[in-house]
Amino acid sequence: MMDPVFLAEAALNGLLLAGVLALLALGLNLIFGVLDIVWIAYVDLVTVCMYAVYFLVTAYGWPLWMAGLGAVGVGVALGVAVHLLIISPILGSPPVNQLLATGGLLFFIQSFLTFLWTTDHRAIRLNLPIIQIGGVFVPFARLLAFSIALIAMSGLYLFLTRTYMGTAIRAVSQDREAMRLMGADPQRVYVVTSAAGGAMAGVAAALLIIQYPVHPYFGAAFGPLTFMICVLGGLGNMVGAFVASFILSEIISFGGVAISTEMGYVVAFMVFIVLMFARPGGLLTRRE
Amino acid sequence: MTLPKALAALVLLLIAAAPFMPIGGTRQYVLHVLVQIFIWSFIAGAWSLMGRFGLVSLGHGAFLGVGAYTATLLWNAFGLTPWLGSIGAVTGAMAVALVVGYPCYLLRVVGHYFALVTLAVGEVVRLLIIAGRTWTGGSLGLTLRPAPPGASLVAVQFADRRVFYYAAIVVWLGGLYLWRRLDRSMARSALEAIGEDETAAASMGIDVTKFKLGVTALSAGLTALGGVLYAQYITYVSPETLSGIGVSLRIVFAAVLGGMYTLLGPTVGTALTIALSEYLRVTFGIRLIGMAETIYGLALILFIIFLPAGLYGGISARVRRRAAAGRPAFPRPSTQESVE
Repeated sequence: MMDPVFLAEAALNGLLLAGVLALLALGLNLIFGVLDIVWIAYVDLVTVCMYAVYFLVTAYGWPLWMAGLGAVGVGVALGVAVHLLIISPILGSPPVNQLLATGGLLFFIQSFLTFLWTTDHRAIRLNLPIIQIGGVFVPFARLLAFSIALIAMSGLYLFLTRTYMGTAIRAVSQDREAMRLMGADPQRVYVVTSAAGGAMAGVAAALLIIQYPVHPYFGAAFGPLTFMICVLGGLGNMVGAFVASFILSEIISFGGVAISTEMGYVVAFMVFIVLMFARPGGLLTRRE
Repeated sequence: MTLPKALAALVLLLIAAAPFMPIGGTRQYVLHVLVQIFIWSFIAGAWSLMGRFGLVSLGHGAFLGVGAYTATLLWNAFGLTPWLGSIGAVTGAMAVALVVGYPCYLLRVVGHYFALVTLAVGEVVRLLIIAGRTWTGGSLGLTLRPAPPGASLVAVQFADRRVFYYAAIVVWLGGLYLWRRLDRSMARSALEAIGEDETAAASMGIDVTKFKLGVTALSAGLTALGGVLYAQYITYVSPETLSGIGVSLRIVFAAVLGGMYTLLGPTVGTALTIALSEYLRVTFGIRLIGMAETIYGLALILFIIFLPAGLYGGISARVRRRAAAGRPAFPRPSTQESVE
């Protein structure tokens, strides 16, 4: 029988991994879920932002919070660039083309980062405290990421449901053509959403770089999982994505402790597949 | 003999004679690239069997992996000849396809959801290969046990590249034949109807699940066969080269770039992508690590943005026109709108 503290630690690690995944899923959910555009290279954009934070801190000596804001700026620029340069010209083609164009971007980012800065793992060394709760150790960095993910999720939810722009974004996702008939400009909505998605990538990057070292293939490690969370939670459903990231990361954490890291992921992916059969529209689907 | 047929015969003759052409010292290398092009064209063609009917799979690496590893493990562990091993490989891949496909099609998992489920299947296979490192060698991969002397036919390992060259061509032609057979069958009409509107197709009496499962099993089996052939040729298998997202995406790239609605589209796309990546690899060598792949990625983006408008778009328009010509000729109320 396993030590209860051991199990509690696994559960908590799962919870904190959920924060990371939820953070990654936020921006993707805005673009993939709400706008229905496939940015398969989304987590690679996060990787680029992580490099931005890393170099702003180590090479230019910016304080972390300022570097984080810088990363948000980089993210916004990247988001707008991806939309205008890659997505916009092929908005009318089948979704598989968007997927492949951004798939090319994925190859591009991964190898260009390798070219620029090799495959070295780069980490920011921070002396963040580790909090101890009843024999369980909680890294402060992960707690911070978790709380900010929660705040950002609520903010995004309010933005989508309570503001004019949020309503417009949801309208575009429902019918791309009808927007134009209503006299609204879909292009502006796309650019704003892409910028917001990019900003979220910047936020995620700032919080991830203090937990994980960055390397060119960081996106490959988290990319598929992030997509699955968006789909499992129900496309565009921010709360659903949070629940989904919680479920998958707990499975990964417990599976990792009980069997092996790979088997933890295998079980999580299998649960994802089975849940897709059980609830094809996402975990928290509302009947329309 | 009509002109297209004569042309096809000429091209086939050129392909068959290629290993004997006086191209000097680069012959081995050229042959190596050609073998790869034929094997991956066959695999991309197998993918397009599903892709052209709206079943966009991002997990064909799973079938490649199951196929290649089944045959390789059977040979390495039990000495079972890959001739029989490939039967096991194809059966295994088909079983995976059916186990995943059946609930998918029964429960109408389509579009993004289908793509993500297949992606997950690909990842499951890749991770299982890594996790089973006692047998599979994990991420380091596995080398095929060399053939005992005089048994290269049993082991399907040949020192002479030309054997694999002709084997790849035979398999590739077989793939084209099956593609053509499906294209001219009733199943194609049924599958096209399903791809356009499942509910409508079902109401016409088409067994949606059965047709989708059939084409999925066929596609998976052929992909596994391609995986076995590739493994036999390279005599090395690894989870990164035979399963996982990178490989799955490359297959989709090749098929879509060339045009997945045409017989030779996947071949053209594969030739294009492999030639490009080989050219870049040779140009940059070990200098500027990462540069070759950077340009490759950039080129893929540009191809998708600029080429499909001509190649892919033009072909799908022709398909649509042909479909429209086949419809009963009663005036449609919307004709006035389309005149602009």
